[in-house]
Parts: sequence; C-alpha cells; structure tokens
Amino acid sequence: MSSTPLTAPPQESAPTQTGDRVFSGISRAAGLVILAALAGVFIFLSIEGIPGLFQDEGAYKGNGNFLGYVDTLLFGTVLSATIAVLVAVPLAFGIALVVSHYAPTWIAGPVASIIDLLAAVPSVVFGLWGINVFAPKMVPIYVWLEENLGFLPFFKAPVNPVGTTILTAGLVLAIMILPIITAISREVFNQTPVLHEEAALALGATRWEMIRLAVFPYARSGMVSAVMLGLGRALGETMAVAMVLSGAGGISFNLIGTSNPTSIAANIASQYKENTPATLHILIATGLVLFIVTFLVNFAARWIVARNERKLTR
Amino acid sequence: MSLDTAPDLAPAPTIPLTHARLPRWAPALVAVVTIAAAGLLPLLLGWGFVAWVLVSVVLFIAGLTIWSAVVETRRSAIDRMVTSLVWTAFGIALVPLVSLLWTVISKGAPHVNGTFLTFSAFRTSLDQPIGIYHAIIGTLVITICAAVISVPTGIFAAIYLVEYGKGNKLARGITFLVDVMTGIPSIVAGLFAFSMFTAFFGAGYRAGIGGAVALSLLMIPIVVRSTEEMLRLVPNDLREAAYALGTPKWRTITKVVLRTSLGGIITGVTLATARIIGETAPLLLIAGLTTRTNTNPFDGFMTTVPVFIYSQFAKGTKADFDLAWGAALVLVVIVLLLNIAARVIGKIFAPKTGR
Repeated sequence: MSSTPLTAPPQESAPTQTGDRVFSGISRAAGLVILAALAGVFIFLSIEGIPGLFQDEGAYKGNGNFLGYVDTLLFGTVLSATIAVLVAVPLAFGIALVVSHYAPTWIAGPVASIIDLLAAVPSVVFGLWGINVFAPKMVPIYVWLEENLGFLPFFKAPVNPVGTTILTAGLVLAIMILPIITAISREVFNQTPVLHEEAALALGATRWEMIRLAVFPYARSGMVSAVMLGLGRALGETMAVAMVLSGAGGISFNLIGTSNPTSIAANIASQYKENTPATLHILIATGLVLFIVTFLVNFAARWIVARNERKLTR
Repeated sequence: MSLDTAPDLAPAPTIPLTHARLPRWAPALVAVVTIAAAGLLPLLLGWGFVAWVLVSVVLFIAGLTIWSAVVETRRSAIDRMVTSLVWTAFGIALVPLVSLLWTVISKGAPHVNGTFLTFSAFRTSLDQPIGIYHAIIGTLVITICAAVISVPTGIFAAIYLVEYGKGNKLARGITFLVDVMTGIPSIVAGLFAFSMFTAFFGAGYRAGIGGAVALSLLMIPIVVRSTEEMLRLVPNDLREAAYALGTPKWRTITKVVLRTSLGGIITGVTLATARIIGETAPLLLIAGLTTRTNTNPFDGFMTTVPVFIYSQFAKGTKADFDLAWGAALVLVVIVLLLNIAARVIGKIFAPKTGR
C-alpha cells in the first residue's frame, strides 16, 4: 500500500462510512460539551456575579464594598485550608508509607480499602460528626492551649465554649482530605521501581534512607499533586465548614476564639436563603472568586507536575 | 575486627562493615517501660487517658531513638525514629476515622427501621411517624438524572480523547479542562446551575433537574478520567487485529475496545456515582427543600438525603439530630454498597488479556 499511493489514498482521506462519521461526530460533540460546560460556568457566574460587585453599600453588611466583604471570607477560606493541609499532609504521607513500605500485607490491604471507603464518606456526615462529637472533645484542649500557649497570637482568650472554632473547622477539613492525599501518594509510592529500592538497600541504606533516596525523588510530582488536590478540596469544601464553624467575625489569627472568619463556600451555604437579589448577586460573585482561586491552585499543581515529568524523562 | 564492635571503639584506619544492633525485642521493651512510666501520670497527677497515651508515644520515640543512637549508629537512630513517627501518624489518623464510623453506626442504627425508610417527612396528623422516604426518592431521581447526563457524555468524551483526538489541540484542551473540572468546588457547581436556571427560567426556579445539572458537572470529569484510563489499557494489537479484518473504526470501538474495558468503565461510573450521591451544597441551592415526596425532576422542590441531614442539623433539636443520624447511616451504607459493588464489578469484568 505504501508503494502505490495512486490506488490506495492515505487513510485519513479515505471515504468513511456513515456509521464512522456519526460515531466520531458524537464523540467530538461530547468533548465539545465539556468545553461548553466550563465556558458556561464562567459565563453564567459572570452574568449573575458581576452585578454583585456594584451593589449598594447596605448589601455588604457594613463592609462598604465588595472587596471589604470578600477579603474576610477569603481569609477564612485560606486559613482553614492551610490548617487542614498542614495537619493532613504529614499524616497522609505517614499512612501512605505505612501502607506501601512498612506494614505487612495483611495490614496494608485492609487499611488501604478502609481509607478508600472513607474518601467516599459524604461531607455532610463529616459535618454532623464534627459538630456533635469532635467540637465538644476539642474544648478542653483549647482551654489547655490558652492556658499554656496563650502568649501566642493563635491561642488568645476567651476560648470558644462549644469548640466551633476555625481550628476545629481546619482539623475536620484535614480529616476529610486525608483519604484523598493518602490514596494518591500511596499509589505513587507503590510505583517506585523495585530495582531502585533494592539498589539503595544493597548499598547499605537503612529503610528511611532508601525511602528518602529512592522513593521520594521518584514520587515527588505525585506527592505535590496530591497535596494540591487536597488543598483544592479544602478550599472548596462547603458543608463541613458550614456546620462546624460558627463564623461571622472579621480577620483574626486567633484560632480558638469565639468570633471566627468564615469561608466563602460556607458563607454561601448559610446565606443563600436571604433571597434578596442583591445578596444573591454578591454570593455568586464570591463564588466566582472561589472558582478562580481553586482554578489557580489546580493550574499550579498541573504546572509543577508537568515540569517534574519533563525533568524525569530527560 | 569483631562483629559487635561499637563504632567509636573501631580501629581507626578501617571502616567497620557492621555495627552493634539493638536486639529484636528492643522496641517492645521500650514500649512497655514508657507506657508504665507514663502510667504514673494518671495515678500521681490525675491526668486523663489521652495525656497518658500522648506522653507514652513521645517517650517511646525519644527513648528508642536515644538508645539506638548510643548503641547503634546515628543513621539507624534516624531510621528508628522515622519508623516510629510513621506508625504514630498512622495511629493518629485512624482515631478520627474510626470514631466517625463508630458514631454514625451507633447513633444511626437505633433510628433506622421500616417506618423510617417508608414514610416521608410530610405529616397529615401529629402522631404520624417521620421518615426519609421522600429524601431517598429525591436522591434516586436526581442521581439517575445526573448519571443519564454524565455517563454518555463522559464515555464519549473519553473515546474522543483516546481514539480520535490522539493528542491534537482540541484533545489537549479537553484534557486540561477535565483536570480543571475535577477541582471545581461543589458549591461553585451549584451556583452555576443556579445562575443558569435563573437566567433561563427566572428567579426562584427550583427543580431536581437543576441539581442533576450541577452534579453532572462534578461527575463528568470523574467518568472521563476513569474511562480514559481504561481505554488506554486496551492493547493496540486488539484494535489493529480488528482493523486488519476490515472492521470499521466505530465497530472496532464498540465491539472490541469498549467490550474489553467494560468492567473498568462500570467500576469508574459506580465510583463516580458514589462520589456525587453524597453532595449537599449544590442541591441546597437549586433543588430546594421539601417534606413531600416528589418524583418529577422538572417541577417542584426535591429533597435528597444529604440535604435532609443538613436541614435537620439546621433545626437543631435532639429529635431532629436523631433523624439526621439515621439518615447519615443510610447514606453511608448506600455509599459503601456502591463502593463494594464497584470493586466486585471490577473483579468480575477484569480485562482478560488473553494470555
């Protein structure tokens, strides 16, 4: 066929059957639907959200303008997500290492499936557990923190008597993003070539040195993307924060106080009932801000992973 | 050079190839000693159980590391410390997860029974029991609608990416956008559906289909991702064998590629369903809240189980919370069953590579 192009035209331009044309058309259309959906998210959020930037002063609940309204929320969102990531990441990597390199198979297998199942527990259940079980349990710890570390700006009196603080919200978020970070990092740890590991051990490395020298470099981009995915989850998580956090306060670094900043997502969930058009426009505008923030986080994650992959292939 | 020479006693010119090791039972011994030592705290100072455990763990890690540093090398000491730390992280992380499951089961189980599952929350008289029938129906209808939208779109988009796109501009763009979509917060999906339906049908429009649209925005990327992965696993030889027999491309895809990867695709779809079935935030915005059973996704408010849980939480009395825990148990069981089903399906249809 390659030597006689006159009788056999190249495959691309060959007359395709109707079935083929229909099928490829449907597939392409499905792909285009995804493009349209994301464009739709931007367009409709902008249509309904941009008026939210220019409402009367009264609609912003005494914050003057949109920036004054959203900056507290953005602060609460970032603060709770930061706490969550700081707490969850070391624990998640710990569990992932136990499952992939430390535990015997009979522990590792069941633990891995339990973690996978927990990744599927709905956030509203985490919220219910957080407000009923976890928050009350944290109160004595907060009292202790205030008594012993009260000189730090994070642990100022008065201590929240019911434990519905931004620290509680951050910790619940940490528990929620733990399974997803664990699942991804466990997978990349497991993908380390066994030969690399054995080579390290054969050179006399201890198990930790083997992990540091053979496993981590290989898994680095996967670990970064796991953390970023967890961060994205924590930033956008709604129900758990809305249920656990009693937030209406301003910007404050006091993690255990009675007035906490709330997060964008939780604020939308708790305010949407005030059906005035002005409030709705403002809420949708904050949603647009949240969308852009999570978009940037995800974008950064992809960029880091892509850069790392290029380095590895070189 | 003797076998158990400590490093500092080794003759200077040669590097020792071995060093002293702690006996195998060393960690156990340190554990017993530290637990006993820390056990004095509750007795003498009246500290609680949690403090006892915490102090034991800290003492254990410090004790074992120092002992190892004295007898073995610094490197082994670090190794032992990391091993203890990793296991500690594991232990810490399991506590809340086990507590969560235990709470849901112990608080929810007493309230789940036949009446709970077959009555709605709409009461015509005060002595009528309350249940979550309406919420279960709502969940089923909205989830099925979301799946009807997402599954074909997701699978065909994945087919485009793997079979037709093959790294052209559009395919790369779609892959990137699917990645972006995976990261969309659920509340943003809800706001999107809310804005869109407000723009088309006027303010105050609430219906199950809006919730389904929001959920499909979350479900499509999961379906695309898992299907794409499965399609890529199909060996190229199979496709080429089919082409060689003169099979048109679309027949090859439906009869060979999809047939081979069917199990994986079903598993992915089931897992995606499990992910979205517990979503609350988008439905709160667009599907509304009602106590009545509604089976029409195109008209009227529709409550799902997660939204029911949240509304019970918002009411806040003890009786309301009891219902919420019951509903939470039902929801968790549904999610677990879907997950287990996904695994079983994955096993049954595991691709037979024919070797």
